[in-house]
Amino acid sequence: MPRIVGIDLGTTNSLVAYMDGEEPRVIAGQHEQAKVPSIVGMTDNGLIVGEAAKEHLVRDPSRTIYSVKRFMGKSLEDVTDELKYFPYTLQEKNGVIRIVIGEKTYSPPQVSAMILKELKVRAEAHLKESITKAVITVPAYFNDSQRQATKDAGMIAGLEVLRIINEPTAAALAYGLQKKTQGCIAVYDFGGGTFDISILQLKDGIFEVLSTSGNTHLGGDDIDRQITDIFIKEIAEQYSIDSHDHADLVQAIRLEAERLKVKLSDDVKATAVVELPNQQGTYQREWTRDELESLANELIDQTLEPCRLALKDAGLRAEQIDEVVLVGGSTRMPLVRQRVQELFGQEPHCELNPDEVVALGAAVQADILSGNKIDMLLLDVTPLSLGIETMGGVMSALIRRNTTIPTSAKEMFTTYVDGQTSVDIHILQGERELVRDNRSLARFQLKVPPLPAAVPRVEVTFLIDANGMLNVTAKDIRTGEAQSVQVKPSHGLTDDEVEGMVRESFQFAAEDIKMRQVIEARTEADAILMATEKALFRGKDLISQDEVKGIHKILDELKSVKEVDDHRQIRSKITEVEQVTHHLAEKLMDATLKEALENKKLSEVT
Amino acid sequence: MAHDHGTHTSFRELPMARSMCWHCQSEVTGEYKCGQCVKVQPLSKDLDYFTCMRLPRLLNIQPEKLQSTFYELSRTFHPDFYSNKDDQEQIISLGNSALLNTAYRTLKDPVQRAEYLIRLEAGAVKQIRSNPPADLFDEILELQEDLDEYRSLSQEKNIERIEELRKKLNVSREALEQRQVQMELSLTSKFDEWDTIQIASPESDDARGKKDAVLKEMQEILSDKTYVRNIVNDLIETAD
Repeated sequence: MPRIVGIDLGTTNSLVAYMDGEEPRVIAGQHEQAKVPSIVGMTDNGLIVGEAAKEHLVRDPSRTIYSVKRFMGKSLEDVTDELKYFPYTLQEKNGVIRIVIGEKTYSPPQVSAMILKELKVRAEAHLKESITKAVITVPAYFNDSQRQATKDAGMIAGLEVLRIINEPTAAALAYGLQKKTQGCIAVYDFGGGTFDISILQLKDGIFEVLSTSGNTHLGGDDIDRQITDIFIKEIAEQYSIDSHDHADLVQAIRLEAERLKVKLSDDVKATAVVELPNQQGTYQREWTRDELESLANELIDQTLEPCRLALKDAGLRAEQIDEVVLVGGSTRMPLVRQRVQELFGQEPHCELNPDEVVALGAAVQADILSGNKIDMLLLDVTPLSLGIETMGGVMSALIRRNTTIPTSAKEMFTTYVDGQTSVDIHILQGERELVRDNRSLARFQLKVPPLPAAVPRVEVTFLIDANGMLNVTAKDIRTGEAQSVQVKPSHGLTDDEVEGMVRESFQFAAEDIKMRQVIEARTEADAILMATEKALFRGKDLISQDEVKGIHKILDELKSVKEVDDHRQIRSKITEVEQVTHHLAEKLMDATLKEALENKKLSEVT
Repeated sequence: MAHDHGTHTSFRELPMARSMCWHCQSEVTGEYKCGQCVKVQPLSKDLDYFTCMRLPRLLNIQPEKLQSTFYELSRTFHPDFYSNKDDQEQIISLGNSALLNTAYRTLKDPVQRAEYLIRLEAGAVKQIRSNPPADLFDEILELQEDLDEYRSLSQEKNIERIEELRKKLNVSREALEQRQVQMELSLTSKFDEWDTIQIASPESDDARGKKDAVLKEMQEILSDKTYVRNIVNDLIETAD
């Protein structure tokens, strides 16, 4: 089974982790930094992702995409309120947002795929093997469209997504593995763009999620925006500069707002500094933690209601929770910790790095799926009720929220008119009464044979799999025949579109493939070097001095060739090594055989 | 049929959909995996939830026992453990897991458990009733009038009347909540009645008659319970 990595595809930062024996580990990049900023920049020289793109953000804001996770599985209408915060134009095509950069447009899964590829390359360089399979985390409160968009992103990046796993439950896996905890735990996950709360019961290696709730549009980003708005207002008042005329200034302000917020988690005072364009001076302003907290208070309040709801759905009172675990960068804020402590009546745990714990948990789940880890099992739930539209624009729920997945529901459909040949079915997700207040997931037409009204009977099965994603199948009860169902997602890419994007990404990927071949050749070279050195140590007396010298020489050559970014050169040198060491290998084989025979004799004697 | 209304306390194995392995056609003798080719077998679609959870058809159950069976079977069927297997095995594990989860969810909750038993035994689905419980008829009629008046007054300036109504509605609510507690208790006693008959002589004609009577009474209580719960929720939403 090839290795499966765990990926936390975050709003602000993304990470990749793997299992190193029994321990999950995040993979750091060049500067010992495991976090890759979830930012993609389109430069004249090509794509840049991560830390480099973050710098690019201020230089070239209209061609740098950040917080793309907020757009995953969304339509333009869903995000109108926040459009003013983004320096690029958005369009919509078939219910899916497209980000306009210059002449080109990109769907959110395509942009996410660029971040995933960066993580993939990083993992390949570190693990010295090609990576094609991954577990990717999503906020627990993500709906079906958002999950599908994430899966599409994986596919475009050349990754088979074996499992979509919820972020708080991933964190619980990592936490449970480390702490060997038993009992009820609450995972409070407040990240850059999303908030989740999950309540789990841990017992004998089973991680049973009892309930989950959240808000997929509430995170540290929102606090940054409030600070940004104040900066912009004050700059306008003091310097008569409309920051919105300067996209680069807005981004500089946004980054400074974020920096200020982070600093005020450690210090009670901090100064924000923003250079103004055209030598118009420097905007400076001292902030106190109190001031920040009075801004953030309302947002933090908004996280408490989902917590109460999750407790209620789990049938538990706050005092029945044994441990509270904090996840996500925003939980570094002292006020968040204080409010969580008040709600649950106990000090929350934050021993594990809140930025890394989700990726670590994804690696643990990857280990379970690869069959290595059989003592742990995660039983997750679906976060939202699933239903269909019925008469009068009302949603009829088929699967309730917080139902353990996988789960299925069957519904029988018939016709109202003689000779009717199809039934329209509209699938929804949400907790509200009316169709229009819920999320439209997909529509499909059920084909029925032309018969008198109410005679046809078609049974449709709605199955939510272990990814929390919907599968629909249909069966004609009269004939017993299965029917194929073509579900059209309301806010998702079609299979053809995804395929097209995969092809397109391959064009860009020529470079990646070349690099992967180099990595693979290098790994093989390392293995050969190690094996030959070991063989030389054992067998140097079996061959002539000249031969030993010759082998040393060719090994040195391989060592220098393997640093060159050309897999063909490395491979041809490997072949040479194999030829030169052939005689040594034979001698060693003879010696081993002889030894084995002697041992046998020895054992026969004794 | 010896095990029709089984009071067996333990089942070692669950009924499978077919008596032959779908893969190698060898005989399947009740294990979850084929003895020959070790492929997972689909659970029978007709499997009832009590049998699935290896429980006798009783209404008082031990939650710990239910949970430990659920965990054990999850370890057998969960799709996470089939991710290296072929497509067919993955589909079977998905189906088995979905059935298992539904069985656990249904039996875990006392009301769902009782409703399921009624459906299983009597074949009748719970009636959704639009009439209030007989003995509460007059009370609820008056309460509905008060609620209507309260709703119509909410926007006006009649503060005294609003306050008066609110107090009155709250008193009614408390009475109904008291009633809910009573209903819980009578449901519990019906659970005991059912279990006693079921354990003593599950198969006799006499027992069948008694059991049907208990099921009918339970169904009444469940319908009343739903009706009262909806009114209480209404009251909480409107006048709290």
